[in-house]
Amino acid sequence: MNEFGLLTVFSFGPGGWGPAMFKAAAMTIAVALTGFVFGAMVGALGAWAKIAGGRITRGIADGYTTVLRGIPDLLVIYLFYFGSSAVLTPIGRMFGATGFLSLPGFLAGALAIGIVSGAYHTEVFRGAYRSVSRGEIEAAVAIGMSRALVFRRIIVPLSLRFALPGLGNVWQLVLKESALISVTGLVEILRQAQIGAGSTRQPFTFFLAAAILYLVISSVSGWTLQRAEQRFTRGLRRV
Amino acid sequence: MNMLQSQNASLAPVAESVPAVRVSQLRKSYGALEVLKGVSLDAHDGDVVSILGSSGSGKSTMLRCINMLEVPNGGEIAIGGEVIRLKETRTGPQPADRLQVDRLRSRIGMVFQSFNLWSHMTILENVIEAPVHVQKRPKAECIEEARELLAKVGIADKADHYPAHLSGGQQQRAAIARALAQRPRVMLFDEPTSALDPELVGEVLRVMRALAEEGRTMLVVTHEMGFARDVSNKVVFLHKGVVEEEGSPDDVFGGSRSERFRQFLVR
Ligand SMILES: Nc1ncnc2c1ncn2[C@@H]1O[C@H](COP(=O)(O)OP(=O)(O)O)[C@@H](O)[C@H]1O
Ligand SMILES: [Mg+2]
Repeated sequence: MNEFGLLTVFSFGPGGWGPAMFKAAAMTIAVALTGFVFGAMVGALGAWAKIAGGRITRGIADGYTTVLRGIPDLLVIYLFYFGSSAVLTPIGRMFGATGFLSLPGFLAGALAIGIVSGAYHTEVFRGAYRSVSRGEIEAAVAIGMSRALVFRRIIVPLSLRFALPGLGNVWQLVLKESALISVTGLVEILRQAQIGAGSTRQPFTFFLAAAILYLVISSVSGWTLQRAEQRFTRGLRRV
Repeated sequence: MNMLQSQNASLAPVAESVPAVRVSQLRKSYGALEVLKGVSLDAHDGDVVSILGSSGSGKSTMLRCINMLEVPNGGEIAIGGEVIRLKETRTGPQPADRLQVDRLRSRIGMVFQSFNLWSHMTILENVIEAPVHVQKRPKAECIEEARELLAKVGIADKADHYPAHLSGGQQQRAAIARALAQRPRVMLFDEPTSALDPELVGEVLRVMRALAEEGRTMLVVTHEMGFARDVSNKVVFLHKGVVEEEGSPDDVFGGSRSERFRQFLVR
Protein backbone atom coordinates (compact mmCIF):
# COMPACT_ATOMS: atom_id res chain seq x y z
CA MET A 1 0.00 0.00 0.00
CA ASN A 2 2.35 2.68 -1.21
CA GLU A 3 0.31 5.07 -3.37
CA PHE A 4 -2.68 5.89 -1.16
CA GLY A 5 -5.19 8.24 -2.78
CA LEU A 6 -8.84 8.87 -3.49
CA LEU A 7 -8.86 5.89 -5.82
CA THR A 8 -8.00 3.60 -2.94
CA VAL A 9 -10.74 5.09 -0.80
CA PHE A 10 -13.34 4.44 -3.47
CA SER A 11 -11.80 1.19 -4.68
CA PHE A 12 -13.73 -2.05 -4.38
CA GLY A 13 -10.56 -4.04 -4.95
CA PRO A 14 -8.35 -5.60 -2.27
CA GLY A 15 -7.36 -3.01 0.35
CA GLY A 16 -9.94 -0.59 -1.06
CA TRP A 17 -12.39 1.25 1.18
CA GLY A 18 -15.11 1.37 -1.47
CA PRO A 19 -17.59 -1.03 0.13
CA ALA A 20 -17.33 0.66 3.51
CA MET A 21 -17.63 4.15 2.05
CA PHE A 22 -20.66 3.29 -0.05
CA LYS A 23 -22.34 1.52 2.81
CA ALA A 24 -21.75 4.67 4.86
CA ALA A 25 -23.21 6.82 2.08
CA ALA A 26 -26.29 4.61 2.03
CA MET A 27 -26.56 5.04 5.79
CA THR A 28 -26.34 8.82 5.43
CA ILE A 29 -29.13 8.79 2.85
CA ALA A 30 -31.25 6.45 4.98
CA VAL A 31 -30.95 8.42 8.18
CA ALA A 32 -31.40 11.76 6.40
CA LEU A 33 -34.43 10.53 4.50
CA THR A 34 -36.05 9.06 7.62
CA GLY A 35 -35.38 12.26 9.53
CA PHE A 36 -36.68 14.36 6.64
CA VAL A 37 -39.94 12.40 6.40
CA PHE A 38 -40.40 12.54 10.16
CA GLY A 39 -39.64 16.26 10.05
CA ALA A 40 -42.22 16.75 7.30
CA MET A 41 -44.85 15.12 9.52
CA VAL A 42 -43.85 17.31 12.45
CA GLY A 43 -43.88 20.31 10.11
CA ALA A 44 -47.34 19.53 8.76
CA LEU A 45 -48.62 19.35 12.32
CA GLY A 46 -46.77 22.53 13.27
CA ALA A 47 -48.09 24.43 10.25
CA TRP A 48 -51.61 23.25 10.97
CA ALA A 49 -51.25 24.41 14.58
CA LYS A 50 -50.00 27.82 13.52
CA ILE A 51 -52.65 28.31 10.83
CA ALA A 52 -55.77 26.81 12.35
CA GLY A 53 -54.92 26.31 16.00
CA GLY A 54 -56.38 28.14 18.94
CA ARG A 55 -54.27 30.36 21.17
CA ILE A 56 -52.73 27.47 23.10
CA THR A 57 -51.88 25.23 20.14
CA ARG A 58 -50.44 28.23 18.34
CA GLY A 59 -48.37 29.08 21.40
CA ILE A 60 -46.96 25.56 21.60
CA ALA A 61 -46.04 25.59 17.90
CA ASP A 62 -44.42 29.03 18.20
CA GLY A 63 -42.50 27.87 21.25
CA TYR A 64 -41.31 24.77 19.44
CA THR A 65 -39.97 26.64 16.41
CA THR A 66 -38.36 29.37 18.51
CA VAL A 67 -36.68 27.00 20.93
CA LEU A 68 -35.36 24.72 18.21
CA ARG A 69 -33.91 27.55 16.24
CA GLY A 70 -32.12 28.73 19.37
CA ILE A 71 -30.48 25.42 20.39
CA PRO A 72 -27.45 24.03 18.55
CA ASP A 73 -28.53 21.00 16.53
CA LEU A 74 -25.72 18.92 17.98
CA LEU A 75 -27.19 19.51 21.40
CA VAL A 76 -30.58 18.24 20.24
CA ILE A 77 -28.89 15.04 19.11
CA TYR A 78 -27.16 14.65 22.47
CA LEU A 79 -30.43 15.30 24.24
CA PHE A 80 -32.14 12.60 22.19
CA TYR A 81 -29.35 10.09 22.55
CA PHE A 82 -28.66 10.54 26.24
CA GLY A 83 -32.19 11.67 27.07
CA SER A 84 -33.56 8.45 25.67
CA SER A 85 -31.17 6.48 27.87
CA ALA A 86 -32.24 8.46 30.91
CA VAL A 87 -35.78 7.32 30.15
CA LEU A 88 -35.05 3.84 28.83
CA THR A 89 -32.50 2.67 31.41
CA PRO A 90 -34.86 2.83 34.42
CA ILE A 91 -37.63 1.25 32.32
CA GLY A 92 -35.18 -1.48 31.37
CA ARG A 93 -34.37 -2.03 35.04
CA MET A 94 -38.02 -2.57 35.81
CA PHE A 95 -37.96 -5.39 33.31
CA GLY A 96 -34.79 -6.78 34.77
CA ALA A 97 -32.27 -5.42 32.29
CA THR A 98 -29.01 -4.14 33.64
CA GLY A 99 -26.75 -1.42 32.35
CA PHE A 100 -27.03 1.42 29.88
CA LEU A 101 -29.98 1.33 27.49
CA SER A 102 -30.40 3.84 24.72
CA LEU A 103 -32.15 4.32 21.42
CA PRO A 104 -30.06 2.91 18.61
CA GLY A 105 -27.98 5.64 16.96
CA PHE A 106 -30.06 5.44 13.81
CA LEU A 107 -33.36 6.01 15.56
CA ALA A 108 -32.03 8.69 17.90
CA GLY A 109 -30.41 10.44 14.97
CA ALA A 110 -33.42 10.26 12.70
CA LEU A 111 -35.69 11.50 15.47
CA ALA A 112 -33.34 14.35 16.30
CA ILE A 113 -33.11 15.37 12.65
CA GLY A 114 -36.88 15.14 12.41
CA ILE A 115 -37.41 17.39 15.40
CA VAL A 116 -34.83 19.92 14.20
CA SER A 117 -35.95 19.98 10.56
CA GLY A 118 -39.60 19.92 11.67
CA ALA A 119 -39.17 23.53 12.71
CA TYR A 120 -38.03 24.45 9.20
CA HIS A 121 -40.72 22.29 7.62
CA THR A 122 -43.30 24.13 9.71
CA GLU A 123 -42.27 27.48 8.27
CA VAL A 124 -42.06 26.10 4.73
CA PHE A 125 -45.56 24.61 4.91
CA ARG A 126 -47.01 27.68 6.53
CA GLY A 127 -45.52 29.94 3.89
CA ALA A 128 -46.76 27.62 1.15
CA TYR A 129 -50.28 27.65 2.57
CA ARG A 130 -50.15 31.43 2.62
CA SER A 131 -49.32 31.43 -1.09
CA VAL A 132 -52.50 29.57 -1.97
CA SER A 133 -54.88 32.14 -3.39
CA ARG A 134 -57.92 32.82 -1.20
CA GLY A 135 -59.97 33.07 -4.38
CA GLU A 136 -59.18 29.51 -5.40
CA ILE A 137 -60.18 28.23 -1.98
CA GLU A 138 -63.36 30.28 -2.15
CA ALA A 139 -64.21 28.87 -5.57
CA ALA A 140 -63.95 25.38 -4.09
CA VAL A 141 -66.17 26.30 -1.16
CA ALA A 142 -68.66 27.84 -3.56
CA ILE A 143 -69.20 24.64 -5.56
CA GLY A 144 -70.23 22.88 -2.36
CA MET A 145 -67.02 21.12 -1.34
CA SER A 146 -66.82 20.04 2.28
CA ARG A 147 -63.90 21.35 4.31
CA ALA A 148 -62.10 18.03 4.01
CA LEU A 149 -62.55 18.00 0.24
CA VAL A 150 -61.29 21.58 -0.11
CA PHE A 151 -58.25 20.57 1.91
CA ARG A 152 -57.56 17.42 -0.10
CA ARG A 153 -58.35 18.66 -3.60
CA ILE A 154 -57.17 22.27 -3.45
CA ILE A 155 -55.13 23.25 -0.40
CA VAL A 156 -52.79 20.26 -0.19
CA PRO A 157 -51.85 20.01 -3.87
CA LEU A 158 -51.37 23.75 -4.22
CA SER A 159 -49.42 24.11 -0.97
CA LEU A 160 -47.15 21.20 -1.85
CA ARG A 161 -46.34 22.81 -5.16
CA PHE A 162 -45.47 26.09 -3.48
CA ALA A 163 -43.51 24.20 -0.82
CA LEU A 164 -41.22 22.34 -3.23
CA PRO A 165 -38.37 24.90 -3.39
CA GLY A 166 -38.41 25.33 0.39
CA LEU A 167 -38.48 21.57 0.90
CA GLY A 168 -35.40 21.34 -1.31
CA ASN A 169 -33.58 23.72 0.99
CA VAL A 170 -34.64 21.77 4.06
CA TRP A 171 -33.40 18.56 2.46
CA GLN A 172 -29.95 20.06 1.83
CA LEU A 173 -29.91 21.17 5.44
CA VAL A 174 -30.92 17.72 6.69
CA LEU A 175 -28.24 16.12 4.60
CA LYS A 176 -25.55 18.22 6.24
CA GLU A 177 -27.13 17.77 9.65
CA SER A 178 -26.89 14.01 9.27
CA ALA A 179 -23.11 14.33 9.68
CA LEU A 180 -23.69 15.40 13.29
CA ILE A 181 -25.13 11.97 13.99
CA SER A 182 -21.62 10.54 13.74
CA VAL A 183 -21.32 11.48 17.42
CA THR A 184 -23.67 8.65 18.32
CA GLY A 185 -21.33 6.18 16.67
CA LEU A 186 -23.63 5.55 13.73
CA VAL A 187 -21.39 4.74 10.79
CA GLU A 188 -22.46 7.23 8.19
CA ILE A 189 -20.17 9.09 5.80
CA LEU A 190 -18.38 11.29 8.31
CA ARG A 191 -17.92 8.55 10.91
CA GLN A 192 -16.62 6.17 8.24
CA ALA A 193 -14.18 8.84 7.06
CA GLN A 194 -12.94 9.29 10.63
CA ILE A 195 -12.47 5.53 10.97
CA GLY A 196 -10.58 5.36 7.69
CA ALA A 197 -8.49 8.38 8.57
CA GLY A 198 -7.57 6.87 11.92
CA SER A 199 -6.51 3.49 10.61
CA THR A 200 -4.60 4.72 7.52
CA ARG A 201 -3.28 8.05 8.77
CA GLN A 202 -4.61 9.65 5.61
CA PRO A 203 -7.16 12.05 7.09
CA PHE A 204 -7.16 14.54 4.24
CA THR A 205 -7.85 11.90 1.62
CA PHE A 206 -10.73 10.42 3.60
CA PHE A 207 -12.34 13.74 4.42
CA LEU A 208 -11.98 14.82 0.81
CA ALA A 209 -13.68 11.60 -0.20
CA ALA A 210 -16.45 12.32 2.31
CA ALA A 211 -16.91 15.80 0.88
CA ILE A 212 -17.19 14.34 -2.61
CA LEU A 213 -19.84 11.87 -1.46
CA TYR A 214 -21.91 14.65 0.14
CA LEU A 215 -21.60 16.73 -3.00
CA VAL A 216 -22.70 13.88 -5.21
CA ILE A 217 -25.72 13.13 -3.03
CA SER A 218 -26.76 16.76 -2.81
CA SER A 219 -26.33 17.43 -6.53
CA VAL A 220 -28.26 14.35 -7.54
CA SER A 221 -31.07 15.18 -5.14
CA GLY A 222 -30.99 18.83 -6.15
CA TRP A 223 -31.34 17.87 -9.79
CA THR A 224 -34.18 15.46 -9.00
CA LEU A 225 -36.01 18.12 -7.04
CA GLN A 226 -35.62 20.61 -9.84
CA ARG A 227 -37.18 18.15 -12.25
CA ALA A 228 -40.02 17.52 -9.81
CA GLU A 229 -40.55 21.24 -9.46
CA GLN A 230 -40.73 21.74 -13.21
CA ARG A 231 -43.18 18.91 -13.47
CA PHE A 232 -45.49 19.86 -10.64
CA THR A 233 -45.54 23.62 -11.00
CA ARG A 234 -46.73 23.65 -14.60
CA GLY A 235 -49.33 26.33 -14.82
CA LEU A 236 -48.48 27.81 -11.46
CA ARG A 237 -46.35 30.64 -12.76
CA ARG A 238 -48.41 33.65 -11.87
CA VAL A 239 -48.44 36.80 -13.91
CA MET B 1 -77.38 24.48 -26.52
CA ASN B 2 -80.08 21.85 -26.67
CA MET B 3 -78.31 19.92 -24.00
CA LEU B 4 -78.37 22.92 -21.72
CA GLN B 5 -82.04 23.49 -22.28
CA SER B 6 -82.79 19.90 -21.42
CA GLN B 7 -80.60 20.28 -18.35
CA ASN B 8 -82.64 23.21 -17.27
CA ALA B 9 -85.84 21.30 -17.82
CA SER B 10 -84.51 18.39 -15.80
CA LEU B 11 -84.11 20.57 -12.74
CA ALA B 12 -87.22 19.69 -10.82
CA PRO B 13 -89.84 22.06 -12.17
CA VAL B 14 -91.25 24.19 -9.40
CA ALA B 15 -94.45 26.12 -9.08
CA GLU B 16 -94.24 29.59 -10.61
CA SER B 17 -94.74 31.13 -7.21
CA VAL B 18 -91.61 29.71 -5.58
CA PRO B 19 -88.67 31.97 -6.41
CA ALA B 20 -85.37 30.37 -7.37
CA VAL B 21 -83.72 32.80 -4.98
CA ARG B 22 -85.46 34.77 -2.28
CA VAL B 23 -83.51 37.29 -0.25
CA SER B 24 -85.54 38.84 2.51
CA GLN B 25 -84.59 41.60 4.91
CA LEU B 26 -80.94 40.67 4.57
CA ARG B 27 -78.62 42.39 7.00
CA LYS B 28 -74.85 42.10 7.19
CA SER B 29 -72.28 43.99 9.24
CA TYR B 30 -68.52 43.90 9.42
CA GLY B 31 -67.80 45.04 12.92
CA ALA B 32 -69.46 48.40 13.34
CA LEU B 33 -69.93 48.84 9.58
CA GLU B 34 -73.42 47.84 8.49
CA VAL B 35 -73.06 46.93 4.83
CA LEU B 36 -76.54 45.56 4.12
CA LYS B 37 -79.45 47.15 5.91
CA GLY B 38 -82.40 44.96 5.08
CA VAL B 39 -82.18 44.01 1.42
CA SER B 40 -84.95 42.00 -0.22
CA LEU B 41 -84.89 40.53 -3.68
CA ASP B 42 -86.69 37.75 -5.57
CA ALA B 43 -85.38 35.97 -8.64
CA HIS B 44 -87.74 33.55 -10.35
CA ASP B 45 -86.67 30.79 -12.69
CA GLY B 46 -85.48 32.35 -15.91
CA ASP B 47 -84.98 35.79 -14.42
CA VAL B 48 -81.86 37.70 -15.28
CA VAL B 49 -81.34 40.24 -12.54
CA SER B 50 -78.74 42.97 -12.93
CA ILE B 51 -77.49 44.41 -9.66
CA LEU B 52 -76.08 47.90 -10.01
CA GLY B 53 -74.54 50.25 -7.50
CA SER B 54 -71.39 52.20 -6.86
CA SER B 55 -68.34 50.63 -5.34
CA GLY B 56 -68.84 49.74 -1.68
CA SER B 57 -72.64 49.72 -1.87
CA GLY B 58 -72.77 46.07 -0.81
CA LYS B 59 -73.36 44.29 -4.12
CA SER B 60 -70.70 41.63 -3.63
CA THR B 61 -71.69 41.13 -0.04
CA MET B 62 -75.29 40.48 -1.04
CA LEU B 63 -74.31 38.03 -3.76
CA ARG B 64 -71.92 36.23 -1.41
CA CYS B 65 -74.62 35.88 1.24
CA ILE B 66 -76.75 33.95 -1.24
CA ASN B 67 -74.28 31.04 -1.23
CA MET B 68 -73.15 31.67 2.35
CA LEU B 69 -69.63 32.79 1.46
CA GLU B 70 -70.68 35.48 3.90
CA VAL B 71 -73.04 34.62 6.70
CA PRO B 72 -75.77 37.22 7.17
CA ASN B 73 -76.46 38.85 10.52
CA GLY B 74 -80.15 38.94 9.89
CA GLY B 75 -82.86 38.16 7.38
CA GLU B 76 -83.31 35.06 5.31
CA ILE B 77 -82.04 33.40 2.16
CA ALA B 78 -84.13 30.74 0.44
CA ILE B 79 -83.02 28.74 -2.58
CA GLY B 80 -85.90 27.17 -4.48
CA GLY B 81 -88.08 27.70 -1.44
CA GLU B 82 -85.62 26.05 0.96
CA VAL B 83 -84.60 28.44 3.71
CA ILE B 84 -80.94 28.27 4.74
CA ARG B 85 -80.96 27.59 8.45
CA LEU B 86 -78.67 29.67 10.63
CA LYS B 87 -77.73 29.43 14.28
CA GLU B 88 -76.30 31.95 16.71
CA THR B 89 -72.79 31.22 17.96
CA ARG B 90 -70.32 33.04 20.15
CA THR B 91 -68.65 34.50 17.08
CA GLY B 92 -71.90 35.44 15.35
CA PRO B 93 -74.37 33.60 13.14
CA GLN B 94 -73.24 30.41 11.41
CA PRO B 95 -75.00 27.91 9.16
CA ALA B 96 -76.90 25.47 11.35
CA ASP B 97 -76.36 22.62 8.92
CA ARG B 98 -73.17 22.50 6.86
CA LEU B 99 -74.51 19.68 4.76
CA GLN B 100 -77.52 21.75 3.78
CA VAL B 101 -75.27 24.62 2.75
CA ASP B 102 -72.93 22.34 0.78
CA ARG B 103 -75.90 20.74 -0.97
CA LEU B 104 -77.42 24.09 -1.93
CA ARG B 105 -74.05 25.46 -3.01
CA SER B 106 -73.51 22.52 -5.32
CA ARG B 107 -76.38 23.82 -7.47
CA ILE B 108 -75.40 27.49 -7.35
CA GLY B 109 -72.80 28.47 -9.92
CA MET B 110 -70.61 31.40 -8.99
CA VAL B 111 -68.46 33.39 -11.38
CA PHE B 112 -65.91 35.66 -9.73
CA GLN B 113 -64.37 38.89 -10.88
CA SER B 114 -60.90 37.35 -10.68
CA PHE B 115 -61.93 33.99 -12.27
CA ASN B 116 -60.45 31.90 -9.46
CA LEU B 117 -59.76 28.91 -11.65
CA TRP B 118 -57.73 26.26 -9.83
CA SER B 119 -54.24 26.87 -11.10
CA HIS B 120 -52.95 23.32 -10.58
CA MET B 121 -55.64 21.82 -12.79
CA THR B 122 -56.11 22.00 -16.54
CA ILE B 123 -59.20 23.74 -17.86
CA LEU B 124 -60.94 20.40 -18.36
CA GLU B 125 -60.05 19.30 -14.83
CA ASN B 126 -61.44 22.58 -13.53
CA VAL B 127 -64.71 21.98 -15.32
CA ILE B 128 -65.21 18.38 -14.19
CA GLU B 129 -64.20 19.02 -10.58
CA ALA B 130 -67.65 19.85 -9.25
CA PRO B 131 -69.64 17.18 -11.10
CA VAL B 132 -67.09 14.42 -10.39
CA HIS B 133 -65.95 15.20 -6.86
CA VAL B 134 -68.93 17.02 -5.38
CA GLN B 135 -71.91 15.66 -7.27
CA LYS B 136 -70.24 12.25 -7.74
CA ARG B 137 -71.45 11.76 -11.29
CA PRO B 138 -69.70 9.27 -13.60
CA LYS B 139 -66.42 10.76 -14.80
CA ALA B 140 -66.73 9.78 -18.45
CA GLU B 141 -70.11 11.44 -18.71
CA CYS B 142 -68.75 14.58 -16.99
CA ILE B 143 -65.79 14.79 -19.36
CA GLU B 144 -68.08 14.55 -22.35
CA GLU B 145 -70.35 17.24 -20.99
CA ALA B 146 -67.36 19.42 -20.03
CA ARG B 147 -66.06 19.31 -23.59
CA GLU B 148 -69.45 20.39 -24.90
CA LEU B 149 -69.52 23.24 -22.40
CA LEU B 150 -66.03 24.35 -23.38
CA ALA B 151 -67.08 24.30 -27.03
CA LYS B 152 -70.13 26.32 -26.10
CA VAL B 153 -68.04 29.07 -24.50
CA GLY B 154 -65.62 28.90 -27.41
CA ILE B 155 -62.50 27.41 -25.84
CA ALA B 156 -62.73 23.74 -26.79
CA ASP B 157 -59.09 23.88 -27.89
CA LYS B 158 -57.95 24.99 -24.42
CA ALA B 159 -59.20 21.91 -22.54
CA ASP B 160 -55.72 20.63 -21.72
CA HIS B 161 -54.15 24.01 -20.99
CA TYR B 162 -53.51 25.40 -17.55
CA PRO B 163 -55.41 28.57 -16.56
CA ALA B 164 -52.21 30.67 -16.43
CA HIS B 165 -51.75 30.08 -20.14
CA LEU B 166 -55.11 31.60 -21.10
CA SER B 167 -56.10 35.21 -21.63
CA GLY B 168 -58.39 36.82 -19.08
CA GLY B 169 -61.38 36.51 -21.35
CA GLN B 170 -60.68 32.83 -21.96
CA GLN B 171 -60.21 32.23 -18.24
CA GLN B 172 -63.53 33.85 -17.46
CA ARG B 173 -65.28 31.79 -20.12
CA ALA B 174 -63.67 28.69 -18.61
CA ALA B 175 -64.96 29.77 -15.21
CA ILE B 176 -68.45 30.10 -16.71
CA ALA B 177 -68.14 26.59 -18.15
CA ARG B 178 -67.05 25.39 -14.73
CA ALA B 179 -70.15 26.91 -13.17
CA LEU B 180 -72.38 25.46 -15.90
CA ALA B 181 -70.96 21.99 -15.24
CA GLN B 182 -72.63 22.12 -11.83
CA ARG B 183 -75.98 22.10 -13.69
CA PRO B 184 -76.79 25.08 -11.54
CA ARG B 185 -80.26 26.12 -10.60
CA VAL B 186 -79.05 29.70 -10.43
CA MET B 187 -75.86 31.46 -11.44
CA LEU B 188 -74.23 34.32 -9.59
CA PHE B 189 -71.86 36.66 -11.41
CA ASP B 190 -69.80 39.17 -9.41
CA GLU B 191 -68.53 41.78 -11.87
CA PRO B 192 -67.43 39.10 -14.34
CA THR B 193 -65.92 41.58 -16.80
CA SER B 194 -64.38 44.13 -14.44
CA ALA B 195 -60.93 42.53 -14.37
CA LEU B 196 -60.75 42.23 -18.15
CA ASP B 197 -58.97 44.35 -20.70
CA PRO B 198 -61.63 46.31 -22.59
CA GLU B 199 -61.15 44.34 -25.80
CA LEU B 200 -61.91 41.07 -23.95
CA VAL B 201 -65.14 42.19 -22.32
CA GLY B 202 -67.26 41.49 -25.39
CA GLU B 203 -66.46 37.78 -25.64
CA VAL B 204 -67.57 37.20 -22.05
CA LEU B 205 -70.71 39.30 -22.37
CA ARG B 206 -71.67 37.38 -25.52
CA VAL B 207 -71.50 34.10 -23.59
CA MET B 208 -73.60 35.56 -20.77
CA ARG B 209 -76.16 36.88 -23.21
CA ALA B 210 -76.44 33.42 -24.75
CA LEU B 211 -77.05 31.94 -21.30
CA ALA B 212 -79.75 34.51 -20.62
CA GLU B 213 -81.44 33.65 -23.91
CA GLU B 214 -81.52 29.98 -22.89
CA GLY B 215 -83.62 30.97 -19.93
CA ARG B 216 -81.01 30.50 -17.22
CA THR B 217 -81.57 32.15 -13.88
CA MET B 218 -78.83 34.69 -13.33
CA LEU B 219 -77.97 37.32 -10.75
CA VAL B 220 -75.35 39.60 -12.22
CA VAL B 221 -73.46 42.33 -10.42
CA THR B 222 -72.21 44.50 -13.24
CA HIS B 223 -71.16 47.91 -14.41
CA GLU B 224 -72.10 47.05 -18.00
CA MET B 225 -75.16 49.22 -18.50
CA GLY B 226 -75.74 47.74 -21.97
CA PHE B 227 -76.08 44.29 -20.44
CA ALA B 228 -78.36 45.53 -17.66
CA ARG B 229 -80.61 47.37 -20.11
CA ASP B 230 -80.75 44.87 -22.96
CA VAL B 231 -80.28 41.44 -21.43
CA SER B 232 -81.75 41.47 -17.95
CA ASN B 233 -85.44 41.54 -17.23
CA LYS B 234 -84.95 43.04 -13.80
CA VAL B 235 -82.65 45.72 -12.48
CA VAL B 236 -81.82 46.39 -8.86
CA PHE B 237 -79.93 49.48 -7.76
CA LEU B 238 -78.20 49.18 -4.41
CA HIS B 239 -77.11 52.25 -2.54
CA LYS B 240 -75.43 52.19 0.85
CA GLY B 241 -76.89 48.83 1.73
CA VAL B 242 -80.48 49.40 0.68
CA VAL B 243 -82.38 48.80 -2.56
CA GLU B 244 -82.92 52.25 -4.03
CA GLU B 245 -84.47 51.22 -7.32
CA GLU B 246 -85.97 47.99 -8.53
CA GLY B 247 -87.93 47.06 -11.61
CA SER B 248 -87.79 46.26 -15.28
CA PRO B 249 -84.93 47.88 -17.21
CA ASP B 250 -87.43 50.16 -18.92
CA ASP B 251 -88.85 51.33 -15.60
CA VAL B 252 -85.49 51.81 -13.94
CA PHE B 253 -83.59 53.37 -16.82
CA GLY B 254 -86.48 55.36 -18.26
CA GLY B 255 -89.13 57.39 -16.59
CA SER B 256 -89.06 58.13 -12.93
CA ARG B 257 -85.73 57.50 -11.38
CA SER B 258 -84.23 58.67 -8.17
CA GLU B 259 -81.74 61.48 -8.01
CA ARG B 260 -79.18 59.00 -6.71
CA PHE B 261 -79.60 56.65 -9.64
CA ARG B 262 -79.25 59.57 -12.05
CA GLN B 263 -76.02 60.54 -10.36
CA PHE B 264 -74.82 56.95 -10.53
CA LEU B 265 -75.58 56.80 -14.26
CA VAL B 266 -73.71 59.97 -15.17
CA ARG B 267 -70.58 58.89 -13.31
N1 LIG C 1 -64.58 40.91 4.76
C1 LIG C 1 -64.83 42.21 4.98
N2 LIG C 1 -64.42 42.79 6.12
C2 LIG C 1 -64.66 44.10 6.37
N3 LIG C 1 -65.31 44.91 5.53
C3 LIG C 1 -65.76 44.41 4.36
C4 LIG C 1 -65.53 43.03 4.03
N4 LIG C 1 -66.07 42.80 2.81
C5 LIG C 1 -66.60 43.97 2.42
N5 LIG C 1 -66.42 44.93 3.34
C6 LIG C 1 -66.89 46.33 3.25
O1 LIG C 1 -68.26 46.29 2.97
C7 LIG C 1 -68.63 47.31 2.07
C8 LIG C 1 -69.35 46.71 0.88
O2 LIG C 1 -68.47 45.90 0.19
P1 LIG C 1 -68.90 45.13 -1.14
O3 LIG C 1 -70.08 44.30 -0.87
O4 LIG C 1 -67.68 44.43 -1.63
O5 LIG C 1 -69.28 46.32 -2.10
P2 LIG C 1 -69.44 46.33 -3.68
O6 LIG C 1 -69.32 44.94 -4.18
O7 LIG C 1 -70.78 46.93 -3.93
O8 LIG C 1 -68.34 47.21 -4.19
C9 LIG C 1 -67.35 48.03 1.71
O9 LIG C 1 -67.26 49.20 2.49
C10 LIG C 1 -66.27 47.06 2.08
O10 LIG C 1 -65.12 47.74 2.48
MG1 LIG D 1 -67.85 44.06 -5.41
